[in-house]
Amino acid sequence: MATLTIEGVRKDFSGTHVLHGIDLAVAEGELIVIVGASGCGKSTLLRIVAGLETASAGRILIDGADVTRLEPKDRDIAMVFQNYALYPHMSVFDNMAYGLRIRGVPKAELAQRVRQTADLLGLGELLSRRPRQLSGGQRQRVAMGRAIVREPKLFLFDEPLSNLDAKLRVAMRAEIKRLQRRLGVTSLYVTHDQVEAMTLGDRLVVMHQGRAEQVATPMEVWSRPANTFVAGFIGAPAMNFLSATLAPGGEAVTLKAGPTIPLIDGRRPLPDGAPLTVGIRPEHLVANGEGPLQLKVDLVEPLGAESLVHGILPSGEELTVRLSGSSPLPGAILPLFAPPMMLHVFDAETGRRADGLPSQRRAEGAASVAKQAADR
Amino acid sequence: MHAPVSAAALAEADRAIRAADRARRNGALVTHAILILGVALFALPIWIVLMGSTHDAATISRGEVPLLPGAEGLANYLTAWGEGSAKTTRAPVSAMMLNSFVMALLITFGKIAISLTSAYAVVFFRFPGRMLAFWSIFITLMLPVEVRIFPTFKVVSDLGLVNTYAGLIVPLIASATATLLFRQFFLTIPDELVEAAKMDGAGPMRFFKDVVLPLSTTNMAALFVIMFVYGWNQYLWPLLITTTGDVETIVIGIVRMLGSEADTDWHIVMATTVMALLPPVAVVILMQRWFVKGLVESEK
Repeated sequence: MATLTIEGVRKDFSGTHVLHGIDLAVAEGELIVIVGASGCGKSTLLRIVAGLETASAGRILIDGADVTRLEPKDRDIAMVFQNYALYPHMSVFDNMAYGLRIRGVPKAELAQRVRQTADLLGLGELLSRRPRQLSGGQRQRVAMGRAIVREPKLFLFDEPLSNLDAKLRVAMRAEIKRLQRRLGVTSLYVTHDQVEAMTLGDRLVVMHQGRAEQVATPMEVWSRPANTFVAGFIGAPAMNFLSATLAPGGEAVTLKAGPTIPLIDGRRPLPDGAPLTVGIRPEHLVANGEGPLQLKVDLVEPLGAESLVHGILPSGEELTVRLSGSSPLPGAILPLFAPPMMLHVFDAETGRRADGLPSQRRAEGAASVAKQAADR
Repeated sequence: MHAPVSAAALAEADRAIRAADRARRNGALVTHAILILGVALFALPIWIVLMGSTHDAATISRGEVPLLPGAEGLANYLTAWGEGSAKTTRAPVSAMMLNSFVMALLITFGKIAISLTSAYAVVFFRFPGRMLAFWSIFITLMLPVEVRIFPTFKVVSDLGLVNTYAGLIVPLIASATATLLFRQFFLTIPDELVEAAKMDGAGPMRFFKDVVLPLSTTNMAALFVIMFVYGWNQYLWPLLITTTGDVETIVIGIVRMLGSEADTDWHIVMATTVMALLPPVAVVILMQRWFVKGLVESEK
């Protein structure tokens, strides 16, 4: 168990900036998920922590000790790779024992530790097999076992589930979370899958183009995204964005699509008429006979219990709604209501979240409403 | 419902089937004929040598080409093995065989060791001049041995290595082909495997020993076969560098056994030739097993 501190880490590859200064403090036993689209620099960051890449600037501290210049083997870190990277010519036992052997762990202790870890992962029967005789899920477990048996200060996971099929991925996801809780090892987990990120992480780092756009708990990232990128990236189907302007007084927004919606969580400290982006999640829109938003239905995707309805607003903007119950037919006009407490308001120029000014009482009210919505 | 099948249609179908059978049979006949011709072309000279080595000197001197075994087989082989050709070299074949064997083995091991390590350096390390080193090795591929044989001879003779094993072997050890082959194989080892070993704490030598070598066994077996045969069959370089019988190889020995027409113990020459054939054949057959085993076991 250890703490990890990343201080101002930057990475340049021959002139292109891959990481623009990342700061992160990971507490003991915490599982941090770094999530982002491919090419956002998340794997590079992980590899810098591992010592497989060198940072162009900044420091990595493990338990307060600067390891920036240390070789991977001197950092006491274990890593699980996307394609598992098992040694193909070694048995499962040897794969797991290799790191211990190099560290000169006595034979008896080594065998005992490997066996214990194998039992923990349900690999006890497979110790003499070669990796190619294992299924994808079993290989994944061996890769995990190889990391666990070392009892390192830090686990690094580099998209460990993306080579598994969907069903196994869900099962392994839960298993990883349970194991990490049980072992209490500080972990960094890289993924591009936002569901994995939400379900696994104690906190998320949402990365975009080499920057950490938001570092927060999954629920906070979901309910109070820091900017339009995070808002659009986290949540499926993605949040709808509508352009709007701030009504005089800053207490309401006027959507380009028509209606003016009051901002019940406080006045926005922006000039009158400031251009805004208003976000609302598809699941928060309500189909209502008198709703002010007139959606021309274009496509309906039934998901069983619910349907996704895609359509176009009079302003020409696209909008997606998640409806339970009966769904409209393509071509119909669907009146929608956007509940004021579910709106996310962003400054259209910077993309940053614009929070309401308290009015303390109102802010609390809004938070509890948001919480209720989230709990649902 | 089906229409009733007419007898004519049945007969027609029957004819078609028979025609197809005939065509297949004829096709098989032609392919076999060609194959048998090919085998005969390759095997006949060897058969003649094999049969010739079992007759006495007189038979061959008369200009006969015996195609059936004679009675002198054992005697011929024993003479060749123990004494060699009485008329020409007078050196026993056993000594030449040993020389050839030592040379071929050392060349093979030398080549594999040098090319494994140099390919390892070129693929897994980043150092200034890496590509230069690679290209220099690569370019020597295009130079046939004969081109550099005189400078090489000069170097070896200046070092006083003429008529020594070292002089015979060392210049043949450098191998661009094997280096390239190992390089290509190393490039297929996934980066993540290298990184996993780094995370496990393996240094470069440890990684080489524990991961690269075991994964390369198939390639090494293949190279062993090729290089052993290459070393065994060396002709030009041993011809230059061996002037006495001490380190003479069997390939050179056979040539030296050939005196003038009347002066040659043809039956001994043929027995020697057959013996010279055996080790490469044995290596191919023995290593083939390893080879297949390696192919089956290590999957990448």
